[in-house]
Amino acid sequence: MSKPSGQRSKGVNGWLLSTPALVLLLLAASGPLLIVAAYSVMEKGDYSGVRWVLSGEGWFRVLFERDIFDQTVSLADANLSIFWRSVKLSIATTLITFFLGLPTAWFIATRPASSRAFWLFLITIPFWTNLLIRTFAIMEVIRNQGILNTALMKSGLISEPIQILYTDTAVLIGMAYVYLPLMVLPLYAAVDRFDFKLIEAGYDLYASRWQILRRVILPIIKPGIIAGSILVFIPSLGAYVTPRVLGGGKNMMIGNFIELQFGQGQNWPLGAALSTVLLLVVLVSLVVYTRVSSRDNQDG
Amino acid sequence: MNTNVAVDAQNVGKIYGIGNSAVTALGDVSLSIQKGEFFTLLGPSGCGKTTLLRCIAGFETPTSGAIHLSGRDITHTPPNARPVNTVFQSYALFPHLTVAQNVGFGLKMLGKPADEVTKSVARVLALVKLEEFADRFPQQLSGGQQQRVALARALAPEPEVLLLDEPLSALDLKLRKEMQSELKRLQTETGITFIFVTHDQEEALTMSDRIGVMSRGALLQVGTPHEIYENPADRFVADFIGETNFLEGTVADGKVRIGTGDVLDVALKVQTGAVTLAIRPEQVSIVPTGSGIAAKITETTYMGTDTHYTLALDDGSDIVARVQSNTTQAHKVGDAVAIRIGTVQVLQS
Repeated sequence: MSKPSGQRSKGVNGWLLSTPALVLLLLAASGPLLIVAAYSVMEKGDYSGVRWVLSGEGWFRVLFERDIFDQTVSLADANLSIFWRSVKLSIATTLITFFLGLPTAWFIATRPASSRAFWLFLITIPFWTNLLIRTFAIMEVIRNQGILNTALMKSGLISEPIQILYTDTAVLIGMAYVYLPLMVLPLYAAVDRFDFKLIEAGYDLYASRWQILRRVILPIIKPGIIAGSILVFIPSLGAYVTPRVLGGGKNMMIGNFIELQFGQGQNWPLGAALSTVLLLVVLVSLVVYTRVSSRDNQDG
Repeated sequence: MNTNVAVDAQNVGKIYGIGNSAVTALGDVSLSIQKGEFFTLLGPSGCGKTTLLRCIAGFETPTSGAIHLSGRDITHTPPNARPVNTVFQSYALFPHLTVAQNVGFGLKMLGKPADEVTKSVARVLALVKLEEFADRFPQQLSGGQQQRVALARALAPEPEVLLLDEPLSALDLKLRKEMQSELKRLQTETGITFIFVTHDQEEALTMSDRIGVMSRGALLQVGTPHEIYENPADRFVADFIGETNFLEGTVADGKVRIGTGDVLDVALKVQTGAVTLAIRPEQVSIVPTGSGIAAKITETTYMGTDTHYTLALDDGSDIVARVQSNTTQAHKVGDAVAIRIGTVQVLQS
């Protein structure tokens, strides 16, 4: 008879006990997001910060701009091109890390068990190094008087240094380098679980090497591919240090553009609105990605 | 060349590694397997039977010799260009494909039109009685069902030869017995040549048309189950196939004298020297003292229909007798009896 009430009080106790965690979660995770969302619908302050007045100006300025003289409204091409560049570079980074990461993960997974830890350690070493230092190291390699150009000129392949630094290519090289481990590790986990007998089975059942890759290996390691792609794509989209150091002032990505609004631009509402847009883009791409991949699964 | 030969292996050898670390997996094996035959390669693990199978499948290339399939040299043909399919020991089913997609994989890769694939898959699934599981995924099936899927997948492309690499070893005894008769039925119905690899001599005896017994990379004897059991070529075959007692003896005056001094009258291939007598336990009968070779019972094992008696002879050698339980009075450990020996195989020592 007392069992139901006992269960109920257990449930209430459960909630009470998890209150500290819930409060922390609300304050630490949702709090800052709510502040960002709130700032995006306020009026910009005179120098920085916000005035506590409701305004759509921040969101308006994400897509449009007003002429200083006659107040005519036009599309903010610069903002759009920054968004587009960010998405483009992030997709390219994801693809590059995938094509470099799959053979790497495969290589490690096919080593004897005793040496795999060593190879994985090599992959993770960059993680223990400061991002800024790694980015400057890349800069040292690709700048006009850097290692790459010097080597190419010494070997007589080129007579003039190739301008790589401060281009999209430089940003791409930097991001691919920085995010490669994030692709390799989930791919390794997937390839490590892969039953290599299945390759023999496919080969026995008249599949060519290409068909084995496409019809057997890739579909089975797909969870690893999805995890790696998400882990690379999302931080790429919000990258700040790499485009700042390797892309120079002109080749901005969303991260730099947002920072600009909170710094020199002194437009916090626009910065907050851009941040919210970035978050939405990430969420939408996550949903699309999982939808697309689960539909592929049913196609077989 | 005989047109009835499905697989013809000539002096096939396989050596792994080079120099001092080289390991010979396959010595110098020559073997002809007839079309429509259920052929079993039998031997303990590491005897080279799986290596030979993998050479026929194309996963390994022999380091010497040649393999012909229906008269064509396939020694260097890749697996995906050989009309040969394999049932793997671990099944190796594609976990991301349904049962029907697994079974249709080979036909799809051969470029068969979709409707033809669907028809063949339905036919083969009916053959292995798995029609209602077509849309399940392999991990949703029991071990025995997965086994049937693996079989169906290998049978669907209608290969000239089906290779089976210890496919029943993961099944429990009851299921294994069931699959043994199932395999035999499938082989008869499809008429496809089966090459079956196993280390289980009983399995080999019950299923095969012919058996090749292997040991240490060499083919010791090829013959029907009856020939192999009744007329083993050497001590290894006699010991590996069924239970066998071995008694050492010497040939004298066309008869064999064993350690106890008793003389056995057996058919001899050799006239002099030391020989080994291979005696099946069922050829040993227990008789009253004085009417045969003196022996003492040291151990009895009741097996249901049969009882196994271990007997010690006067010279210290042991011999096992298998006697029907219900027709004899039970002997006890310590009883002094005598034995009489029926059919004996004489092997060169």
